[in-house]
Amino acid sequence: MSWRRALTRGVLAALYFLAIVVTMAFLVLPVVAIFAHVPLGRLLRQLSNPIVTDALIVSFKTVAISQVVILLFGTPTAYFLASRRFRGRPLLVTFVELPIVLPPAVAGIGLIVAFGRFGLLGSTFDFLGIDVSFNQTAVVLAITFVSGPFYVRQAIASFDAVDRRLIAASRTLGAGPTRTFFKVTLPLARGGLTAGEAISLARGLGEFGATIMFAGSLQGVTQTLPLAVYETFEAQNGLDVALAISAVLVIVSLAILLALKGSGLWERSRPAVTAIAQPEAN
Amino acid sequence: MATLSTAFTLPLRSFVLDVSIDVGGTVALVGPSGAGKTSVLGAVAGLVQPSSGRIALDADAWFDSAQGLFLQPDERRVGLVFQEYALFPHMNVRENVAFGGKNRADEYLERFRISHLAGARPTELSGGERQRVALARALARDPGVLLLDEPLSALDANTRAAVRGELQELLREFDLPTLLVTHDFEDAAALAERVSVIVDGRLRQSGTASELVAMPADAFVASFTGANLLHGVAEPSANGSTRVHLDDGTVVTTADAAGGAVTLAVYPWDITVGMAPPSDSAMNVIGGPVRSVAEFGNRVRVAIGPVTAEITGESLTRIGLRPGAVAYASFKATGTRVVAEADR
Repeated sequence: MSWRRALTRGVLAALYFLAIVVTMAFLVLPVVAIFAHVPLGRLLRQLSNPIVTDALIVSFKTVAISQVVILLFGTPTAYFLASRRFRGRPLLVTFVELPIVLPPAVAGIGLIVAFGRFGLLGSTFDFLGIDVSFNQTAVVLAITFVSGPFYVRQAIASFDAVDRRLIAASRTLGAGPTRTFFKVTLPLARGGLTAGEAISLARGLGEFGATIMFAGSLQGVTQTLPLAVYETFEAQNGLDVALAISAVLVIVSLAILLALKGSGLWERSRPAVTAIAQPEAN
Repeated sequence: MATLSTAFTLPLRSFVLDVSIDVGGTVALVGPSGAGKTSVLGAVAGLVQPSSGRIALDADAWFDSAQGLFLQPDERRVGLVFQEYALFPHMNVRENVAFGGKNRADEYLERFRISHLAGARPTELSGGERQRVALARALARDPGVLLLDEPLSALDANTRAAVRGELQELLREFDLPTLLVTHDFEDAAALAERVSVIVDGRLRQSGTASELVAMPADAFVASFTGANLLHGVAEPSANGSTRVHLDDGTVVTTADAAGGAVTLAVYPWDITVGMAPPSDSAMNVIGGPVRSVAEFGNRVRVAIGPVTAEITGESLTRIGLRPGAVAYASFKATGTRVVAEADR
């Protein structure tokens, strides 16, 4: 009897550790392999390849612009959705969150039929002189659409977590809504906003599906780093280049993650549960 | 002093808040939690909008539904001290106080004896210090009205009595119309000149603390008001007990140790009433004409001299007590408690 129990226990323990080892190996190996596949010197030499430098410039430019757009438009929207309770608010929040779970290819198609030449707003854009066919504006739109919701969602949670009583205190101390926002609400939500910004940045840098459908993959114009990985991998003898770009992306992603952890914002990125005392709660 | 007049209705989740209070000196709003006390402060401060009524400081209207007037909180001259104080966690003490009044920050830090804490964050402060910062911040805004939401509830029992004394002094010094919310009748009696009892959004009774103890409007007010509060000067005696000379000349003995100006609490149901002085173990016997007799249900409150006793209707008939008749209230020294000490 007892030897059978010992055996069961031994098998369970073995399966337990096996699951852990398999999980870790599965997640770590592809990342390590990128650096291990070819010697480091060969990787570094590829960084001066024009495909790589062009993609770096396109990526950093489009991601930077889309981050500015996301901050300028997303922050007021998030504040509005966090500070007001009204009918239809859950629906609006769901629309904000939808691109997070939407397949990027679907986002790409959606962008084409909305803003493309023959899309819903195509003629309006034409009239305004805005051209979004296969240029960097299209890349920025794709990245903004896919990565913006990561910021807005986190920003809603961060604004929502600010103690309502502190906002009320600011108002009774003579500060109007604007001063209250910049002196109290924004500083208190800043940690969460930064975390959301960083996640959005990482997601924007890796954007692939929507960009390739909506903006194409023209070197030096719309070819971002992830697109360049795909293109060079398809090309003859392009594996070294694909690996070099991948290595750059791994390092940048890791840097963003470590910076978040180092600043203590990673843990706080979850919406904080704060007692919200409305005046009528008494 | 200016007068804050408030009369408004405000629908809340489970009842309609309907109050009318004029605040000249310090008025305490007492009642069980959920009675709507904090919402009264919210309405005065402009944090919630009543459905109808008027709120004004003298001739200066802040809310008037008849004129469609509703001023924002920052347009009203209110100093609101929140429960738990709501200090800005991302600012130090000086920045918190300066938020209310930039030019007065240093003066108020000094005045509230918190200059040495100017660079500290709110999380580094004790409960009493936080309260002083919150008061300094609210008063630095130069308000016309002071609103205090449960100013003592965030404090532990030890600091509570001391802070209550400080607050008493402060209210005297600033001399503003003050509306203070508390669920503690003793705090209300110690800090306010008038006490209003609010239950389920409606005012049950208003009066001085001793009026409420002597003549409670109903059983709820009676149980809520609880103790007689006797103010006097304590003088320790050789045998370990303390003799307290009350303001009206009566001398009362308490088993608690105390010195200086004190407030004693005696529960009405711990006081016996007779037509002749008793000859039992009670150390305290107060004789005098019966000031009032208030009946509610089977309980009767009888006021003699500075104290009010609660006896049954049966006892009342048995001893034949009548207003104006001379009677004796007696209670044991161990039936008294020293609830507050303050330096005079």
